[in-house]
Amino acid sequence: MYVADSRASTPATASVEGTARPPRAGRYRSTIAPTVLALGTVSLVTDVSSEMVTAVLPLYLVAGLGLSPLGFGLLDGVYNGFSAVVRLVGGHLADRGGGRHKWVAGAGYALSALCKPLLLIAHSLTPIGLILAADRTGKGLRTAPRDALISLSSTPETRGRAFGVHRAMDTAGALLGPLAAFLILRATVDGYDAVFTVSFCVAVLGVLILVLFVPGGGRTEAATSAARPTLRAALGLLSHRDLRRITVCALLLGLATVSDSFVYLLLQRRLGVPDRWFALLPLGTAAAFLLLAVPLGRLADRWGRWRVFLAGHGALLLAYALLLTSWHGSALPYAVLALHGTFYAATDGVLMAAASDSVPEALRSSGLALVQTGQAAARFACSLGFGAAWTLWGDRTALSVSTVALAVCAVYALTLRPSRKAAA
Amino acid sequence: MTLRSRLLILLSALAVLAAVALASVLHASARAERRDHTQAGGPKVTPGTVTLTAPGHLVFRNMAWGPHRDELTTVPAGAPAGPRTSSGVKCLRFYAAAGTGVCLQAVHGPVSDTYRALILDAHLKKRAHYDVPGIPSRARVSPTGHYAAWTAFVGGDSYAGTNFSTRTAIADTRTGALIPSLEAFRIVRDGRPYQSSDVNFWGVTFAPDDRTFYATLATKGSTYLVRGDLRTRTLTTLHPNVECPSLSPDGTRIAYKKRVPGLPKDAPWRLYVLDLRTMRETPLAETRSVDDQAVWKDSHTVVYALPGDYGADLYQVPADGTGTPRRISVSAVSPAYLG
Repeated sequence: MYVADSRASTPATASVEGTARPPRAGRYRSTIAPTVLALGTVSLVTDVSSEMVTAVLPLYLVAGLGLSPLGFGLLDGVYNGFSAVVRLVGGHLADRGGGRHKWVAGAGYALSALCKPLLLIAHSLTPIGLILAADRTGKGLRTAPRDALISLSSTPETRGRAFGVHRAMDTAGALLGPLAAFLILRATVDGYDAVFTVSFCVAVLGVLILVLFVPGGGRTEAATSAARPTLRAALGLLSHRDLRRITVCALLLGLATVSDSFVYLLLQRRLGVPDRWFALLPLGTAAAFLLLAVPLGRLADRWGRWRVFLAGHGALLLAYALLLTSWHGSALPYAVLALHGTFYAATDGVLMAAASDSVPEALRSSGLALVQTGQAAARFACSLGFGAAWTLWGDRTALSVSTVALAVCAVYALTLRPSRKAAA
Repeated sequence: MTLRSRLLILLSALAVLAAVALASVLHASARAERRDHTQAGGPKVTPGTVTLTAPGHLVFRNMAWGPHRDELTTVPAGAPAGPRTSSGVKCLRFYAAAGTGVCLQAVHGPVSDTYRALILDAHLKKRAHYDVPGIPSRARVSPTGHYAAWTAFVGGDSYAGTNFSTRTAIADTRTGALIPSLEAFRIVRDGRPYQSSDVNFWGVTFAPDDRTFYATLATKGSTYLVRGDLRTRTLTTLHPNVECPSLSPDGTRIAYKKRVPGLPKDAPWRLYVLDLRTMRETPLAETRSVDDQAVWKDSHTVVYALPGDYGADLYQVPADGTGTPRRISVSAVSPAYLG
């Protein structure tokens, strides 16, 4: 109720200020572009909305609807494949014709927003699964155009920081969402309907901020590049050496990136984190991500995106190593979570900043979609492989194998680093 | 569009959205008052003394609206639809045997709810409590009262939080020792040791020997009935496609829910009874999908909950596949027959 409202209004004000800020002589200087702040606000608001739903969904299914969701993965592997295609399509559509990024991203946000009221009328698992799939489709659709907008509205020298600011705002929303949901549940009796309604209102606000405060028209620095935004040109991007290398590296490193749920499970099994803290583990990662996204983004701008990206995987490697040690200090879980969050802060936005350097503007969205999809597919393959390895050899061996694989991929990635010229 | 008009649009939209959001929250919180009013035509509930050693009684969580909603209540087993005596103790899930009860309840914290399991004595006084790592699902006490078990749903990872796992714990009510997860037990499947990261357990039911129990094991999309041994800490698979087993008082049969092929994904279960000596399955006369761990009223009758107007109603059906299901009480869940 009022908590959600006041929260929703704060970012709105921030974005207004961001937009209102007069473009100082060089927005090439150290300010963050208003568009980036507006997009950050949209993401923050949207994440509050979607994480509200995610946080109460298990409780809603079990306690609210009396369903046993066990053994019923609502979104299965097939959907993962579909979502990859959606992402590529979203990237491609956004590149066709000037200024479409905003509207493709907007369609993605709107689709997710429309899913929220549908949850009010779905009372069994199949429709709920379909609604969640539609919600994720919206997410797939909007990600690449949004990242393209961020990269297009910031200068090459400040791109790392721009992505850092965006990711920090995004993560802040993800942290606030569950809190808002639980406050609503506390103020009500079985208030799942209220959670879904408030989530819808918040999502609509996000779409509105996008429509009102993110510029959409033809880009001034419009595409003069030779590459035309056809589907073939999008695929042709892979013949571009730097982008190919980035994609290959993202793919290889993704293949050795154990999925979050396994990390938390390992943390609990190997370090004996008590059950009641289990649900809080993702918050630890998110908090580190939130705190470090901007500083590491800046570092990436100065020190080199590729270096920070690889250093991020170094942090992950260290986290694996800590999980493998026999030393069981009480600070160990914190250290692992901090390293895990550092990994995200040093890689998530930074990869997009690095990839942006190698993709012509006219194909920016398709190019980013390509890299993201490669990475997501590799991570999905990794979680399948890791699950199988765990079954065959146990958790310790599975993690050791991943650690070695990650180290090998990281060393290989070092040799593949794209030329620095593009990154200025 | 000028900045001014964009701001105006945003603010007016914000006002409308805030009003809708506030209205939905107020509507949902007014529900509390509606539910505190005794429901017309509902069962009569009066506060009183509830003990877990009163023979011939049935204890359950009362779901009828009114001031005693969600409290443990008792009725004579012979008149389950009659007036209820409420205890003041609120539980989400409950079970009792031999004067020992296990009550799974929510603890409202400042930023989120947590759950715990209370071990209760015959007078519903707390003897011990344990943290429960997720949303409570099943609860059982051994016929001797010496062991209690519970299952909770644990949500998956944060963003794609749509996969669930279960955590099943067993506590020794005499020593307080806890087995926090059955995953620590060795698994023998089809005669061979079995290991997998996706193993889940739920629905423990105890034999009277303080050593043997049965439960459901799920892995790779299949479920199995397993027999557990508390001394050797092993679990042995016995039969496929068995969920939420419930051992008959004579220890020869298991009532359970079976996932029957061809049924809708949302309502996939039918009640069956498995004879442990012959491994023969008998479908029971209930034709609706049952998502509950049944209890045995006596050696010929099983009792289970189905969704009802106020949460759930209790039904009974003969355990040999004959007869027809009969509703025995409305607005009730988590039944336990005493003594």
